[in-house]
Amino acid sequence: MIREFLSKPSSRYSIQRLGFVMLTLIAVITVVPIIAIIVHIFMQGMAAISWEFLTSFPRDGMQAGGIFPAIVGTFFLTLGTAILSIPISIGAAIYLAEYAPDNRWTRAIRIAIINLAGIPSVVYGLFGLGLFVIFLNIGTSIFAGCLTLSIMTLPIFISTSEGALKSVPHSFRVVSISLGATRWQTIRRIVLPQALPGILTGVILGLERAVGETAPILFTAAAFFLPQLPNSPFDPTMALPYHLFVISTQVPGMPIDMQYGTALVLLTFIIGMNILATIIRSRARARRQW
Amino acid sequence: MDKIIIENLSLIYSDGAESLKNVSLNIPVNTITVLFGPAGGGKSTLLRVINRLNDLADVTQISGNVLLADNTLKFTNVLDPQLDVIALRRRVGMVFARPIVLPLSIHDNLTYGLEMAGENDKMRLNEAVERSLQQAALWDEVKDRLDDPAADLSGGQQQRLCLARSLAFEPEVILLDEPTSGLDPISTGKVESSLQELKKLYTIVLVPHSVQQAARTADFAAFFLQGEMIEYGPGETIFINPRDERTTSYIEGRFG
Repeated sequence: MIREFLSKPSSRYSIQRLGFVMLTLIAVITVVPIIAIIVHIFMQGMAAISWEFLTSFPRDGMQAGGIFPAIVGTFFLTLGTAILSIPISIGAAIYLAEYAPDNRWTRAIRIAIINLAGIPSVVYGLFGLGLFVIFLNIGTSIFAGCLTLSIMTLPIFISTSEGALKSVPHSFRVVSISLGATRWQTIRRIVLPQALPGILTGVILGLERAVGETAPILFTAAAFFLPQLPNSPFDPTMALPYHLFVISTQVPGMPIDMQYGTALVLLTFIIGMNILATIIRSRARARRQW
Repeated sequence: MDKIIIENLSLIYSDGAESLKNVSLNIPVNTITVLFGPAGGGKSTLLRVINRLNDLADVTQISGNVLLADNTLKFTNVLDPQLDVIALRRRVGMVFARPIVLPLSIHDNLTYGLEMAGENDKMRLNEAVERSLQQAALWDEVKDRLDDPAADLSGGQQQRLCLARSLAFEPEVILLDEPTSGLDPISTGKVESSLQELKKLYTIVLVPHSVQQAARTADFAAFFLQGEMIEYGPGETIFINPRDERTTSYIEGRFG
């Protein structure tokens, strides 16, 4: 019966059509929440955005003024995290992709990296508090926050960088070696330049996560309110995600448009980085020669 | 005079595949020596022993001797674990079956080997570019666009670029692993006629992509079957009057 039904061409076509419609529907459903969130935050937060909001300090128990110190803080936290973690993760990725033999030791490193990626961010925060702030006596500061965020982003950086290095065709390496280049020259001159766009994309996506996280900086870097900008990396700082948390839950009677305005600024930061990553990727794809 | 002397060479890959069984042959200087036979015979493996490119593969066991002579008849033991393999690869150039151009300009593909060896004199690099392109019969086609990406060239041009690239650092030996397998007959003809010129300057070891090419190009020919060298001698002898029954069958196309 069923076989007969399935083998009839007309019913097979209608099943295909049904499947196609279902899949389209599912695809649309996944896009809806993203667009809804962006539109919602944009509509609610746009009213708060003004030059003053972006460039002045909070006033009147945070209920007026702007979010300038939080923007500056997030900028420096992101920059510091990039400076600390990019060299380490590219180095680790080169080792894993190009030199590491497949043995128990390197498998252990890989498992450690994968597990590191799965640790909840609040655990990183506690770890940073214990190690950097208290044990190493760095204190609650931008530096301690950057160190904590770096450890959190390392696994993302390393695995995307390793993937980018491994996507460079093996034949390039063989040819380079056959022309009398050393392995390091091969990496330096051929592999790394070809992998760089992929590495940069991964770095930006990883930093996006660092920009938006509250928990890792909660105990290590962030301040509730500061009347001035930090003077050095060893000062605490305000930061956008933590500030958003504070004005949404800790301050009674906050104007709602300031909350949404802060969320909008944070979202713009992240979308901006995302667009940058997309541009780098598509430029590189256009230039790529294999 | 012999350029390369191979004595009792055996090689086993780590997956247990025995790729070469007790192979001995002498490759004379300034000739084209052709290694031919059906796939899996060990021809490519033998090429990759001569420039130690097998170091990149999983080779568990290698025995025998491979000696490379220089102009003063001093022999280098290629298999010596202490050998400076970088220096060896500058004496032994290689062209692969697929044209693999590096993701650089035409010019930089050609100067890559020299630059990696520390040469940075612009004049000498440019001389090497022109000379090697002339030798590979590519100069007239690309002389006005040396700074274009090498990947923009056609397949045949890319393969001649790869040949030129291996000539740019003036090696003593050129290894060619089915260099024309992906090329049209016209490009193939250009490569083959370049080789006839090049053998005056270099010693050439060629794995051909067909018996016909082997017969057209060989000064000396070695027939390989499943890791064994069945027969080796001057091209005329091997292709007109082979001694071994298996060589005859393969040349006549009864298997392969």
